[in-house]
Amino acid sequence: MEKPKLQVTLLTGRTIEQGVGKEQGKASKEYAESASVCFIDLEDLKKLGIEEKTNVLVSTTYGSVILRALKSPQAPHPRIIFIPYGPWANAIVDPETDSVGMPSLKGIPAEIEPADDKPLLSLKELLKTMFKKE
Amino acid sequence: MPLVRAVTCPVCGCLCDDIELTVEKKEIVKVKNGCAMCESKFLGYNGEHRLVKPLMSKDGELVEVTFEEAVEKAAQILVNASYPVLYGWSSTSCEAIRAGLELAEEVGGVIDNTSTVCHGPSELSIQDVGIATCTLGQIRHRADLIIYWGSNPWSSHPRHIERYTAFSEGRFEKSKWCGYITKVKASVAKKKFQSAIRRVIVEERSSLPPPPQRDPSEVLSKTGRKLVVFDVRRTRTADIADYFVQVEPNKDYELLQVLRALVRDEDIDVDEVAGVSVKHLEEIVDAMVSCEFGILFFGLGLTMSKGKMRNINAALSLARDLNMRTKFMIMPMRGHFNVTGADTVFTWQTGYPYAVDFSTGYPRYNPGETSIVDVLMRKESDAALVIASDPVASLPGKAVEHLVQNPLIVIDPHMNATSQMADVIIPSACVGIEASGTAYRMDHVPLPLKKVVNPPKGVRSDEETLRRILSEVRKLKKKQEAEAS
Repeated sequence: MEKPKLQVTLLTGRTIEQGVGKEQGKASKEYAESASVCFIDLEDLKKLGIEEKTNVLVSTTYGSVILRALKSPQAPHPRIIFIPYGPWANAIVDPETDSVGMPSLKGIPAEIEPADDKPLLSLKELLKTMFKKE
Repeated sequence: MPLVRAVTCPVCGCLCDDIELTVEKKEIVKVKNGCAMCESKFLGYNGEHRLVKPLMSKDGELVEVTFEEAVEKAAQILVNASYPVLYGWSSTSCEAIRAGLELAEEVGGVIDNTSTVCHGPSELSIQDVGIATCTLGQIRHRADLIIYWGSNPWSSHPRHIERYTAFSEGRFEKSKWCGYITKVKASVAKKKFQSAIRRVIVEERSSLPPPPQRDPSEVLSKTGRKLVVFDVRRTRTADIADYFVQVEPNKDYELLQVLRALVRDEDIDVDEVAGVSVKHLEEIVDAMVSCEFGILFFGLGLTMSKGKMRNINAALSLARDLNMRTKFMIMPMRGHFNVTGADTVFTWQTGYPYAVDFSTGYPRYNPGETSIVDVLMRKESDAALVIASDPVASLPGKAVEHLVQNPLIVIDPHMNATSQMADVIIPSACVGIEASGTAYRMDHVPLPLKKVVNPPKGVRSDEETLRRILSEVRKLKKKQEAEAS
């Protein structure tokens, strides 16, 4: 059976957990746990047919990344997903600067689908996959 | 146990300078007055991820080297590069930034700070429109209408509301703490009641319905301080606000321009803009116009979404328009603790706040061309020095691809995502904990950063490391010139 997919708008931003995690250290478990998540409206989780803490694949024109789905504490915001700042979010954000130097890190069209069979990558694994040094 | 008072917190742009640290056996063991991020930094800066020895990449592995070897290698990389980028600067002292600018001029590269991916568009707009602003102290004592737009200080600047705005006790304006506590108690009681009903009727758990959209005049006509939040989603800050306006994503520009029109008493011929009723907007504008001292803080919700600098143009113009009717100020919510200092020192030294290109021998500024993301996306740079920042974790992946393909020097106290991809890593002292210096608060007030404990043996400050690299670069260039002649 084909997995359900949802067209959403991606927002990235700061969460207090990610802020605390980055001060604990980028290699810390706290940082990885706080930045490799995707906050989704409960109704959208239902549409995807998944429970929270399931892995999801979020894709944009610029790439795709596996994240852990969490129920958004700030719902309702249907069809809007939120990923904290960090290398996981940056794998899929829009680098277009519109000639002002600033990439587009909020309001990006994205697609989300369940990916319970795919693993969540650690920071080291993610960097290795994304940036192979020649 | 020695207690160090009035320490400035080196985390966010609030630069809270009332932190008290307890030092025991040359280590910080207790933090008082700080937020969660502040505590995490002061208690965790010396954890497992701390770098204490210079490292260099050899056969794909990072191996320990001496400080002199690392400095020499860094200087060689920069001298041999034709278009290096020097990036970061927002989490170090103004003194180090000054040395970095000297180095950028010497090696003829592009020097850019993290403004480029936070409030760079705000800098461009301020140059276009101008800014009516003030200090945070004035806001604490006088502001009776506080607006956060595209900013969630509860998470990004946790003490901003408590120290400078709605919850601060000012000379002429009182704190709204009590009102907030009452609101929280009411909200908890409501949730318990809803939960009990769900249990009784065994209803499937679902999202709580959106709170009914209240008429702004109900809450904004009351006396005393008022807090209004504009954002694309309900944040923790929105939860504590007197009124929350949920804006459709990428529609901030339209909304700001409509507010401007309403301030100028123009008629709007639609019923709704960006998902917000025009009737409600009229009432919000009434509150803006009738306040005695208003302040609009704007965050990355405006600079990073569609419109970018045009959103800020509209926000700055709104504040300008409001000053025809009342006193209204506007201020960007700066993120890193010294990103304002980076802009300030860049401007003193080069005339421009960020994205400065020295490749022609004089400073040239053209964000969109000389800004780091554009340089990397065009694959023009051939080496990089990153200091006090983590671009591998904070720039779009597509831009990072080019950054890590070229020789990469990192000066940082910690093993972060960028350090993991580096060719040369030089550990540095944590500014504001192990090294003193100066930083600028988000309202451009300079504050001293204290040295509270000593850095690990052999670890130097950012400024000293940069000066050593600069001296080595000059030595190498002289040698090359002598050989050429």
